[in-house]
Amino acid sequence: MAILETTNLTKKFGKFTALNGVNIEVNKGEVYGFIGPNGAGKSTTIRVLLGMLKATEGEATIFGKDVWADAVAIHKRIAYVPGDVNLWPNLTGGEVIDLFMKMNGNVNEQRRDELIEKFNFDPTKKCRTYSKGNRQKVALIAAFASESDLYILDEPTSGLDPLMESVFQECVMDAKREGKSVLLSSHILSEVEKLCDKVAIIRQGEIIETGTLSELRHLTRTNLTVKTKEPMPDLNEIKGIHNVEENDGELKFQVDTEELDEVIRYISQFGILKLESAPPTLEDLFMRHYQGAGHADSGGAL
Amino acid sequence: MYERYFKGTGTLIKLLLRQQRFKIFAWLGGLVIVTLAVASAYPSIYKDEQSKQAFALTMDNPAMVAMLGPLHEIENYIHSIGAVFAHEMLLFTAVAVGIMSILLAGRSTRADEEEGLTEMIHALSVGRLSYLSAAMIVLFLTNVLLAVLTGFGLAVLGIEEMGLEGSLLYGVILGSTGFVFSSFTVLFAQVAETSRGATMLSFAVLILAYLVRAIGDVSNETLSLISPLGWTVRTEVFVENDWWPILLKIAAAIIITILAFYLNTIRDLGSGFIASKGGKKHASAFLKTPFGLSWRLGGTNIIAWAIGVFALGASFGAILGDLETYYAEMDVMQAFIAEDAGSSMTEQFIGLLMAIMALISVIPAVMTVLKLKGEENRNRTENLYSRAVSRGKVLGSYYILAVIVTIVMQALVAIGLWSAGLAVMDEALEFGTIFTSALVYLPAMWVVVGIAVLLVGTLPKATGFVWFYVVYLFIVLYLNGILEFPQWMVSLSVFEHVPTIPTEEMDWATMIILTVIAMIIAVIGFIGYNKRDLEG
Repeated sequence: MAILETTNLTKKFGKFTALNGVNIEVNKGEVYGFIGPNGAGKSTTIRVLLGMLKATEGEATIFGKDVWADAVAIHKRIAYVPGDVNLWPNLTGGEVIDLFMKMNGNVNEQRRDELIEKFNFDPTKKCRTYSKGNRQKVALIAAFASESDLYILDEPTSGLDPLMESVFQECVMDAKREGKSVLLSSHILSEVEKLCDKVAIIRQGEIIETGTLSELRHLTRTNLTVKTKEPMPDLNEIKGIHNVEENDGELKFQVDTEELDEVIRYISQFGILKLESAPPTLEDLFMRHYQGAGHADSGGAL
Repeated sequence: MYERYFKGTGTLIKLLLRQQRFKIFAWLGGLVIVTLAVASAYPSIYKDEQSKQAFALTMDNPAMVAMLGPLHEIENYIHSIGAVFAHEMLLFTAVAVGIMSILLAGRSTRADEEEGLTEMIHALSVGRLSYLSAAMIVLFLTNVLLAVLTGFGLAVLGIEEMGLEGSLLYGVILGSTGFVFSSFTVLFAQVAETSRGATMLSFAVLILAYLVRAIGDVSNETLSLISPLGWTVRTEVFVENDWWPILLKIAAAIIITILAFYLNTIRDLGSGFIASKGGKKHASAFLKTPFGLSWRLGGTNIIAWAIGVFALGASFGAILGDLETYYAEMDVMQAFIAEDAGSSMTEQFIGLLMAIMALISVIPAVMTVLKLKGEENRNRTENLYSRAVSRGKVLGSYYILAVIVTIVMQALVAIGLWSAGLAVMDEALEFGTIFTSALVYLPAMWVVVGIAVLLVGTLPKATGFVWFYVVYLFIVLYLNGILEFPQWMVSLSVFEHVPTIPTEEMDWATMIILTVIAMIIAVIGFIGYNKRDLEG
């Protein structure tokens, strides 16, 4: 069952189209990665999902309810962490956490105290004295202490140290084990790779790729490192081979996944001494989509 | 030695001047223009000896001494318009200069440090004390400029009885007062751990200086000499022109500055000597409601205004006893207060005063509503709306708080005026009348609050427009008597429809109509707020 679903979601600011027919589906117990460069429309999508911006066209539902009309009812069961947490300078961190939990409507004090401990957070300081990472912790503690069914996380780990980042990853894993769903927008691709079941890539307000990681890998290139007895001529001419580099008699190149069979047949003629293949990292995938576009994707900072 | 402590000070002075130039320009411009404009108006207000003598007599009561400073010999006022001017203007202008210095000094010391600017500068090849020295030099220059502009400006006006030495001394008093409060702020910037803490401590010293002087001036002159503001009012400017208080101030400022420099050299960047104390670990039940939060965010400001309007009400109450004699002599006030045989001068004055006070009281209420837009601009409303809180509930909290603010402020005005009047008048005012004359403005104030809600809900980019309307209300109120605006212009001011109690009869129909209009405007604002996109 889809916990979160958008169909043809479109948002225009005047003439500027920030989102153009975005389709997302997050199912129960799923961690859904949402990646894209700055200004691609990640935060705009999330703001629409939170009922702060009204979609120009299309539909967006969470728990089967309309995100705009039923915002308050939906928010009782979701937790949100923004990438840039803005807090009230004259309140303490502890006060803000309590306030946030109360506003979510469910209070689990034991869980809160555990998380404060886990994130190594001092709740007695005024928010104006907190660093970026500490402000982030306030939102993370409030979010994971709440009994939510869906977590919407917009670049939640910006400013966290690696130790705290791993605490965060544990929290996401725990939530997943309990059958909760997560929408994780992130720049840290290793994090997405580690946590997410499905990934959507957004560019200039459009989802250009979506699927499980292995599905996405299928669409892209495999990295090969090859050493052969005889030199291979004209490697660049072969269909599906890209970015050839030579290093100490070893050749490194990328192969379009659908051409893999042909390429291996070709190489094997020259007597393979060494063959290493590596699946594409999310970073390769990401870079390919963005650099392949050939121009900078700079939208508004929305 | 120079390298180690002061390298790069010159460059930093330019940097700080660049950052602060608009603020400095606005403050200096405002202070100098107001001083010169008022000074040039004085000879026509106090034309003859009688009017000056009447002024001196009005000032001759403890309430006025506490407010404005000690009185000279009455002779001096009769012979010098400068003395009259200085008595009315000097202390309050000095306080304004103090506020300017505290704000400017707080900005370029602790606030810059808090935001990490100082850290970046210190990473460059500059001396340990360069940033602080540059800040202090900029403040010193600002106050010197103020002294020079005010001093020569007053002299150039060429008012008889306001000579060159007196004019220069007047300017220097202001400048040196600013210098003293700059040095206090720079000192507290070393001691406190946050910029807010530093400015708060400095304002506390300013208020304390004012209070110590007030008590001292009324009861014990030695006590006044502890306070820098006590020195401010003791130069007998335009009469004797004593310069010794100036020397005292400059000496004090230098000592405090040296102390600040010393503390700066022995402390770590970003730290203070008073550690900011740990706050509460958990939120109170009240804070956890949207209303509690809106109070927590705006409450300090509201309390400050409440004290202010109460004090204003009380200080006007304190002069009610002398009112009849005072205003009978003043031509300017005659223009406001039409001759009306049916009501006494006191009653007419109360009517006008209440209109002015209602305008002052509506300001914190409007600020309360606009606070929500400020929260949105700072991306803090997303903290609320991403949770199970409706927009109506949040806007409603701010709206209700604003309405409560209007009621409390007007009630405080009435209580202040009445209780102070009770102490000084032979025939006390009737509390019910005063209370009604204050509360009668509430529906009109709610219309203004409603306009603020309307703008927040439907035209979020133009919320500042409500201030234009408040200014418009002031203009119509103040200048209509003199300039006689066309009727439609007057009608656009919602305050002009309010019956002036006690000189006019209560008009319930208008009250109800205004209340209904206020509610309709607010409801449209609520509907708009529920429909529009939120920025953050």
